[in-house]
Amino acid sequence: MLSRVADSLYWMSRYLERAEHATRLLDVNLNLMLDESAASADRRWLRVLQALGNPRGVFWKGDPYALTRELALDTGNKGSIVSCIINARENSRHVREQISTEQWHQLNTLYLQMTRPELQAHLMSDMMMSSDDLIGFLQLVMEAVHQFQGVSDSTMRHGEGWQFIQVGRYIERAEATALLVAAYHEDLWGHPDAATESNEYLDWMGLLRSATAFEAYCKVYTADLVPDKILEFLLLDEEFPHSLRFSIDSLQHALEAIQRVSGKTRAEPLRKLAGKLQATLSYSSVDEILERDLIAYLREIQVQCREIHEMIYELYVDYSIQAALAG
Amino acid sequence: MHTAQGKQFEQTALKNYLLDHAYDEMFQGPGQLHPHYDPLLEHFASLPANELQRRKQAADLSFLNQGITFTVYGREEGTEKIFPYDLLPRIITSAEWATVERGLTQRITALNLFLRDIYNEGRILNDGIVPREVIYSCKQFRRQMMGLQVPRNVYIAVCGTDLIRLENGEFVVLEDNLRVPSGVSYMLTNRRVMKRIFPQLFSMYNVKPIEQYTQQLLGTLRSLAPEGRPEPNIVLLSPGVFNSAYFEHAYLARQMGIELVEGRDLVTHDNIIYMRTTSGLRRVDVIYRRVDDDFIDPLAFRPDSTLGVAGLFNAYRAGNVTLANAFGTGVADDKALYAYVPDIIRYYMSEEPVLKNVETYLMARPKEREYALANLDKLVVKAVGESGGYGMLIGPQASKAQLAEFAEKIKADPRNYIAQPTITFSRAPCLFGDEFEPRHVDLRPYVLYGDKVTIVPGGLTRVALKRGSLVVNSSQGGGSKDTWVLSE
Repeated sequence: MLSRVADSLYWMSRYLERAEHATRLLDVNLNLMLDESAASADRRWLRVLQALGNPRGVFWKGDPYALTRELALDTGNKGSIVSCIINARENSRHVREQISTEQWHQLNTLYLQMTRPELQAHLMSDMMMSSDDLIGFLQLVMEAVHQFQGVSDSTMRHGEGWQFIQVGRYIERAEATALLVAAYHEDLWGHPDAATESNEYLDWMGLLRSATAFEAYCKVYTADLVPDKILEFLLLDEEFPHSLRFSIDSLQHALEAIQRVSGKTRAEPLRKLAGKLQATLSYSSVDEILERDLIAYLREIQVQCREIHEMIYELYVDYSIQAALAG
Repeated sequence: MHTAQGKQFEQTALKNYLLDHAYDEMFQGPGQLHPHYDPLLEHFASLPANELQRRKQAADLSFLNQGITFTVYGREEGTEKIFPYDLLPRIITSAEWATVERGLTQRITALNLFLRDIYNEGRILNDGIVPREVIYSCKQFRRQMMGLQVPRNVYIAVCGTDLIRLENGEFVVLEDNLRVPSGVSYMLTNRRVMKRIFPQLFSMYNVKPIEQYTQQLLGTLRSLAPEGRPEPNIVLLSPGVFNSAYFEHAYLARQMGIELVEGRDLVTHDNIIYMRTTSGLRRVDVIYRRVDDDFIDPLAFRPDSTLGVAGLFNAYRAGNVTLANAFGTGVADDKALYAYVPDIIRYYMSEEPVLKNVETYLMARPKEREYALANLDKLVVKAVGESGGYGMLIGPQASKAQLAEFAEKIKADPRNYIAQPTITFSRAPCLFGDEFEPRHVDLRPYVLYGDKVTIVPGGLTRVALKRGSLVVNSSQGGGSKDTWVLSE
């Protein structure tokens, strides 16, 4: 497979995962804030910004809908949902002949819907009506991205290209989950007395729902939202698709599949790097993690994800010609 | 049209179908159809009202969803457009097609011999059939190609020749496209959509299939591989996603099952071309390139090009990679050289040309220039190096200022212009609302030349969708329709 193609598929997938995550985060928080006093809005939305990695140039100014518009629809903001969709579609356009027609339809249709000038104008206006539509819009994006994933799994050959899509998705998801947990941890674990009891329940629920984990958590631990259990679930659960461990396991599987196609010996350093991360997650317990500095732990995971990303590039995309000729 | 339905159909759908002096693809004369259009009209007459509209919408949607688009240059917004498509097929009889096929085979064979000759001994120049200055003043002449041995002596592997019909119905050549002709993907997708939208009508005719084109193209490219490379790695080189024909590049690569590469995917080492893959570098043997000569190798041609592959020309020269088409084929589709093609055919083939040329005045010849300048309002003037309908003046439709502007241009650089009489292209019925109206059409068949000449029956029929317009180029508001070549 061409390096450029791998690069495009990887980023197409990352951008879609990013869009999906941001969409869910906004949707969940717009919903939960309705049950809450206006006083706690500041904390909630600052936390949202932090979970999104504090996008440059976006600030909390007291209006959740205005913030949502900025994070969802502002094409000037590189991290906005619409920018992610545009970028994902642009990457897919570059590899149009590599993905299935169904995948292209799905993504192209979403792109055309999102960039319609009327829609942009309508949603950007300040009217009450448009705030309701904003929520409908977020749901539309989420559904479309889910459908794209379904279509990808069922119409594309699960060869190297598909594996690069998995790599992009899970590396993005792992980083996002780490960032999300970190944002909540600093806020909730850090100041246990700052929240009232009912608020606290909503906040924990918000955390779980932001990772589509609420229902899955309840099945395992019942609806008692216990902070340590939540942490255990989001970080270490083996079977939940948004947990950190699941993401890294899937990432490692995809990388191994790619290595089988493209030659094993070259990829040894990458296998070690991803394997090390996988092992620490597989054999840790939540108590161990909490005994130490959780924030530092999560930061370390993000650093390792970035190292894996760089190694992927060095091996498959941006390698030097001399090295390739010698190998 | 003998049924009552037919009569009514004529009164409504055909009420604006007025004949003029141009050849009509459907009518021989007032009220009198060419027999091969009979079943078509009968069929449409039998459809309930609005059915045509419904099917037209189905076709449009199909194009939109598939992303069958092209890019228009020079506009900020809406640069991706759907290629406009007309529902009514253009029908060509097998006898008509036989002549076209014979003529095109003769022409591509002669032009290949011509290219080989001028890049080697130059017999035709020594014999004074084609003046040297026409060749050496051509911007598309590539000195680098002199004396170079080309696989199978095939310079032009893929060509798209623009044909039009004169008032008497005779097909003549308007233009040869010997560099990187495009549009074949529209021919193929038009047919697919058509078969889906009008299965019944399609089965009433005995239409020759065209689906085999991509396989034939692949076979042609394979036959040109460098010697000693039995399993050649064939790639399609595209300028990238911003090129107007990107859809086509992606489509053809997918249909042939070959990699679509861009300049940045290829590297040269020791005069061998490699592509960068996730498993390391992989050697490339044949490049079906859709990048112009100028941009393809910054070391050999334009140094500011970022689309190309540095060192490609040397690898080609060393015989390690084949390019289709070869470098320097543009000299043979230069519009000034066009005037000499009939002589070129006579010279190499010792035959009369099967397909005639359109009468052409070379502005570099003083007498013809004088004539043209005096009659500019009756002529079509074309810049020799341009294509896609750019740099063109249509005398009868031009303003005084435009005429004066072109007169100045011609005087300043006569070699750069030719003039032709305004020819009325033939007209074919197109669907507007529920009505048929005639529009001017041309025909671009696609010719392949590897170990043999292959022409898929049909081609791209381009339509000037604006009423009265003669410009069929997609960049200038043209559309296309499916072209049916009938078997016996």
